[in-house]
Amino acid sequence: MSTTALPTNTKWWNGGRSPFNASYGKVMMWYFLMSDAFTFGAFLISYATLRFSLNGWVDANHVFNAFPFFGHENLPLAFVSLMTFILIFSSVTMVLAVHEGHHMNRKGVEKYMILTILGGLAFLGCQAWEWTHLLTGEHFVLVNGTIDTMNTTVSHNPWGHFAAQDEVVKAMQNTSPEILRSMVMEHDHSATAASLQNLTSADLISKINLNEVQVAHPGPPSFGSYFFGITGFHGFHVFSGVVINVVMYLKTKLGHFDQRGHYEMIEKAGLYWHFVDLVWVFVFLCFYLI
Amino acid sequence: MSEHVVSSPEISIPHAPSSGTGRIWKVFWLLSVVTLVELVLGFGLAKHWYGDPETSHTAILFVKGALCILSLAKAFYIVSVFMHLGDEIRNMIMTIVVPLCLFIWFIAAFLWDGNSWRNLKNTNAGSRPAQTEQHQAKPVDKDAKK
Repeated sequence: MSTTALPTNTKWWNGGRSPFNASYGKVMMWYFLMSDAFTFGAFLISYATLRFSLNGWVDANHVFNAFPFFGHENLPLAFVSLMTFILIFSSVTMVLAVHEGHHMNRKGVEKYMILTILGGLAFLGCQAWEWTHLLTGEHFVLVNGTIDTMNTTVSHNPWGHFAAQDEVVKAMQNTSPEILRSMVMEHDHSATAASLQNLTSADLISKINLNEVQVAHPGPPSFGSYFFGITGFHGFHVFSGVVINVVMYLKTKLGHFDQRGHYEMIEKAGLYWHFVDLVWVFVFLCFYLI
Repeated sequence: MSEHVVSSPEISIPHAPSSGTGRIWKVFWLLSVVTLVELVLGFGLAKHWYGDPETSHTAILFVKGALCILSLAKAFYIVSVFMHLGDEIRNMIMTIVVPLCLFIWFIAAFLWDGNSWRNLKNTNAGSRPAQTEQHQAKPVDKDAKK
């Protein structure tokens, strides 16, 4: 704390100086972040309330088990760990940029701002992949006595608990040949849509190995709305943070902060960037861990 | 290293810039290790305990509580070291931390509400017509009124 060297008669509230010994912009950035914390808090608490009101939710280790270029490999939480470490690391490069700014080292600030921006872009890329994977991945779901395919969207959730085999056997009788064909292709990789085209439903059913094909009940639809809503709002913060960081990088490069005599803008941008990391700590906790 | 940092005139006592980056890297390793511990706990939670009906609810709740505490620890280090809030004067810290205490009520009240909502749905208590079998069991009924 810096209060040690304070003269005893300092009149903090007489104007002309900050009672918090911090610039107006920085104090206001803190209050903005506090209000943003309440916004995120309200979203996460709403999600938690809804989850508490339901008897079942989804198993995060099952939903988030894919990794780019690893196909159907079961790698629970691996990809989201990568995203978390990218964000932690870009937080470190940001705080190093602030540190270099304190020492008026323009080259250092430039280097660490570039690394921070790259970290932010990498995170956004990962999130885009994750969303695409969820939105386009089709899963077999037992609805109203038939089997259908479902993606993860704001209104559809194919991640309920698995249907019992006898239920699935019964439902297959009412299932369209198109879905039956994709059930065969799910585990029999030699089969193609053309080679199965002329088979009857009964033939298709006999080719389906239910130990290899998972059919689930639909899960609570609110999973998708909360997941895409909250990670989307966080992703939007990451995106705006990257834009702010790019602006700060350009201003550093143009020597604006050297002219001004201090790098406080980097500190303020850093506050916002760290806040984004802070929110991710809780998004990660609420959606992926518990 | 020794340049005088000029900042806005509102600042009476300029912060002396820290000389090394040791503290930053220490916090980085701390955050990484805590995240790894969280991942192990989260992985175990779903893999071995959710699926197993033998697992007691208290054990799951305990692990979830540990995950929450670890996340709060991470938040503390990010805010106090990376965001340098720990270096600000006490009054400023308090204007930010004290309002956030509203979260204690916010979380407790809403989770309580969600839980009560589930009890009502599960027991058909409240406005739905009474169903004999559900009203025979007294403890369930009591639970629903909570």
